[in-house]
Parts: sequence; C-alpha cells; structure tokens
Amino acid sequence: MRRHDGRRGGWRNGRRDRWFGHGPLRPTLLLTSFVLTGYAGVRLLAGDWLWVTAWFVGAALVHDLVLLPLYALADRALRAAVPAGRHRRTVLNCVRVPAVLSGLLLLVWFPLITRQVAAYEAITGLSAEVYLGRWLLVTAVLFAGSGGWLAYRLSTDRRREVDAPSAE
Amino acid sequence: MRVRPRLPSRSAGWARLVPRPRSGPFSARWWRSPLRGLRLTSPLGLVLLPGIVLLLGTGLLSYAAYNPDLSPANDMTPDKGWLGFYLFSWPTDPDWLYRLTQGVHVTLGITLIPVLLAKLWSVIPKLFALPPARSLSHAMERVSLLLLVGGGLFVFGTGVLNVQLAYVFPGSFYTLHFYGAWVFTAAFVVHVALRLPRAVRAVRARRTVRAGSAGAEESERERAEEADARLRPPHPVEPTLSRRGALGMVGGGSLLLLATTVGQNFDGLRRTALFAPHGGSDPGAGPNGFQINKTAAHVGVTPERTGPEWRLALHGRGRELRLSRAMLLELPQHSVALPIACVEGWSTSDQWWRGVRLLDLAALVGHRRQPPDLFVVSVQPSGSFRAAALRDNQVRDPRSLLALYVNGEPLSLDHGYPARIIVPAAPGVLNTKWVGRMTFGALS
Repeated sequence: MRRHDGRRGGWRNGRRDRWFGHGPLRPTLLLTSFVLTGYAGVRLLAGDWLWVTAWFVGAALVHDLVLLPLYALADRALRAAVPAGRHRRTVLNCVRVPAVLSGLLLLVWFPLITRQVAAYEAITGLSAEVYLGRWLLVTAVLFAGSGGWLAYRLSTDRRREVDAPSAE
Repeated sequence: MRVRPRLPSRSAGWARLVPRPRSGPFSARWWRSPLRGLRLTSPLGLVLLPGIVLLLGTGLLSYAAYNPDLSPANDMTPDKGWLGFYLFSWPTDPDWLYRLTQGVHVTLGITLIPVLLAKLWSVIPKLFALPPARSLSHAMERVSLLLLVGGGLFVFGTGVLNVQLAYVFPGSFYTLHFYGAWVFTAAFVVHVALRLPRAVRAVRARRTVRAGSAGAEESERERAEEADARLRPPHPVEPTLSRRGALGMVGGGSLLLLATTVGQNFDGLRRTALFAPHGGSDPGAGPNGFQINKTAAHVGVTPERTGPEWRLALHGRGRELRLSRAMLLELPQHSVALPIACVEGWSTSDQWWRGVRLLDLAALVGHRRQPPDLFVVSVQPSGSFRAAALRDNQVRDPRSLLALYVNGEPLSLDHGYPARIIVPAAPGVLNTKWVGRMTFGALS
C-alpha cells in the first residue's frame, strides 16, 4: 500500500475513465435523455412494434449502407470517367451540380414522380401524371444550363489561351 | 499417414489478439474526400440547429392546434401522457396562425433535407469508428447518436411521405411522427449539448483566421484545428470541389426545394410549386376551384347522403332540431374571409365563406350566452376525422360559421355541400365537411 499509492490512484483513474470518460455530467445527460427516449419509444412501438423498429433502423441502414455508398460510387465513377486536364474540375462540377439537384428532387418526391401514390388523383382531384414530366423538364433545364456554363467557360479559357502569347 | 499440423507457436496465438490494421470503412484510410472536416460539418450543424428547433416547435404547435385534450375525437395519440404537458387552448387569432405554423413546419422541413443529408455525409466515417466504445459514457453516446440519425431520418421520412399522401408506414402517421419526434428530440438535445461548443469554436476560429489571427486567439485556433482533424481524412484525394463550393451546392439544393414547394401556401404562387402535392394547378376553375383535402368520392360521400333528404341534427340544452338547407338559409347569414390550412402543409389564401354563425346555432338550442364546446359529426361514412370537437373559444368567435356558400356560390360537394364548418386558425381537419349533426355541450 505504501509503495503502490501512486499506481493505485492511476488504476482508479483508469477505471473511472472507462466508466465515465468525460466526468459525471455527460452520462447524467445521456441517462436523462434515455428516460425520455424510453417514455416516447414505448408509445412509438405500442402498435406494430416489429415493423416500426424495422422502419426506424431501416431508415438509418438504407441511408448509411445503400444511399450514401451509392452516391459516393457515382461520384467515383464520374471522377474516373473525366480525364485529367486543365478543365477537369470545371467539367466534374458541371456534371455534379445538376446531377445532385435533380437527384435530390427525385429522392424527396419519388412517390409522386414514380406514381407510387395510387389514390392521389381520387384524394385530391388533381392529376398525378404531371410530376414525372416536371422532373424530367427540370432535370433537362439543369443539365442544359450547366452545359451552357461549361461551354462558356471553355470558350473564354480558349480565348485567353489565344490572347496569352500576344500579351507576353 | 497424417501429418500432425504444427501447433501455432505461443506468440502467433497471441498475435491474433493484437488488433490488426483495420480495413474497409473501419480504417481511416478508406475515407478520402478532402471536403470532410469540422469546417464543413460545423456550418451545416449551425444551420440545422435553429432549423430543427423551429421544426420541433411548429410540430408541437400543430399537435396543440388539434385541441387533443378536448375530446378523444381530436386526439390521434391518446396515450401521450406527459408528452402533452404543454397543451393549451388553440386561439382563433390571428386567423392565419395555423397557416403560418404548419406552412413553416412542412416547407422548412423539406428545405432542410439537403442540409441534413450533407451533415450525415460529412460525419459518416464516425459511424464506423473503432473501438465501438472507449468507455461506458462513450458507448451511451454512440447509442444516442444512432437514435439521432435513425430518429432524424425516420421523422423526416414519415413527414415527406405523408405530405405526398403515400400512407405506406406501419401505423398511424400521427403516432409515428409524434412519438418518433420525441425520440429524436431526446437524442438531439444531447447532441447539441455535446457538440455545439465545438461547432461554434470551429466557425469562430475560421473567422479569426480570415480576419488575420491575433496571438490571443492562437490557442483557440489550434484547438479548432485539432478538432477539425478528427473528421478530416488522413490521406485525402486531390480536391475537385472547394468546401465553399460544396456548401453552395447544399444551399442550392435547399433553394431549389424551397422554390418548388413554398407556392403551395399561396394561391398566386401555386403554379411555381412544381412538386408540392397541392401545388401546380388547382383542381378546378371558378369559385369552388381551390384545393381539396379529400374529395367526396374518396371518403364515400354520395349525392344521396347530401341531397334534398339531408337534415342537420342540432342538439343542445335538452332541445333537438332538424334543419334542412333551406331552413338554414333563412337564418341570419354572415360573411367572413378565412384561409384553409392543412396539416400536410398546404394552404389557400382567404376564401369568402357565407353561412350561419355557430353562436346563432347555439342560441337556437338554448345556449344564448357563452355557448359551450361543440361536437360536430359528418355524414361521411369512411376516413379519419369524420367527427371533431371545437372548444368554446372557437364556438364563441363570431367568425366561426356553418358555411353554406363559398366565394358567392353554394359549396361544391368536394368542399362540403350542403354545409361545412369554418373556424379561424383551426387546422383543416377540424373544419368538418358534410356536417350531419352538431351537439353543443358534448364532446363525443
């Protein structure tokens, strides 16, 4: 005991760190939060608990393991497809921006765009056919605008290249 | 003859317990985007913080707007317990109150989706971080983060599906969205408490650097730098998009969603709401041409139920009256301009309603002064909210009508012919259409 005082203190600190990490405030906050989670969670799962759990967990899994890898892969494919060169960045982003915006609209409104809402027309008295057309149109406008911007950038760049030697 | 396999030496056996170099997404080398770092995550978080607080606040207000503690007919989550601690009598002033709160709730929610997705993208390596937990506290924190991410996606997902009328979730939307939001809130509060200081420090340090850092703030800058490194990949690929460009793209996505949604709240802008389920065009032309929540055909209201045989059963202090539409038209008629606002986030500008005051109907059945709460039942045979209760403050408002006309014409069948309720600032579902029975002083 005389000899190991310091060590014992160190060991005690080690054990405390293992349990509390950042002091007692953090676990207290977390435990309080879990009480609320439990209180609401019991009610959330009161009905079809298996399917609700599947939805809750599935939302995170689909996002983290399907959606996110999918757009990471799409971007990797794009980067592989565009060769190195002075305009690589411009070309990449002129594809990225319209693709991201169009994909975002599809992600948010896919039930309407892909006509998954069977009763939409009966419920609202509105036509469900318009959404796919609108999405295609917006997508076309985005890519056309981006293509126009790219063409403009490339042409001004080329002009600068032509002008550059005379300026020297 | 079988060769006895050589026993692994003692040291090789132990080597198996020594952590191997991590591979795949569990290795920091897997993540290579040069954009990741606290400098990307912090501004996204600082946008989400007020945004989500506003979403939670307007969501709680929407629940209060139903007056769920008034009658079981109004309460879609009757086992709420303490979660209804804040409920209050929903006012009738200003008459655009629910239009504002619910319009903000839905439109802002849709607008924040790109920010939420970008935030999740920026921190995804943390999901795979090993070891799973360094301490019990850290383990709890990671569980809380899973609830935050799962809860966030769940609440946004159910909301987005519900406004599109894609009722595919496993249960009542109200139950899932309300309790799901509370589960999310529990994790959100912890997350803000633990991370807000770091995010503020990162953004402030960035500003300091830009302003030409003074020596005093040097340590602060270093601390922010250190925190940034936690989210930054150790071997980033060459950047093809600046951090500012990435933030611009996220903002552009939000603007695009906002621009193609917000029109669902204004008759003059409706055509611009290209993707909002009640945007684009109106279901018809003329005085009755404005947006319909549920058509008569969809909920089984037929002309037979609402034809000449239709009578309004009016109950009060021991009295019972049966009134035809012609008799209602003989009572004093009043006009009022009020909007219609739906829980699904769309609303219309003011419509001119004309009909009999709820006050006058109460007087007919013996409630001459200070009429009580009112229970309204529709002739609608199917669908939710066939019946709803109105609180006394709503009944007593002289603008609350049993409307017979809208915009100068008799109500169309889809808008509630022969008679419907219209109460200022009340959610659309409490403005019962195709009214068949009204009972003053009852709640069921």
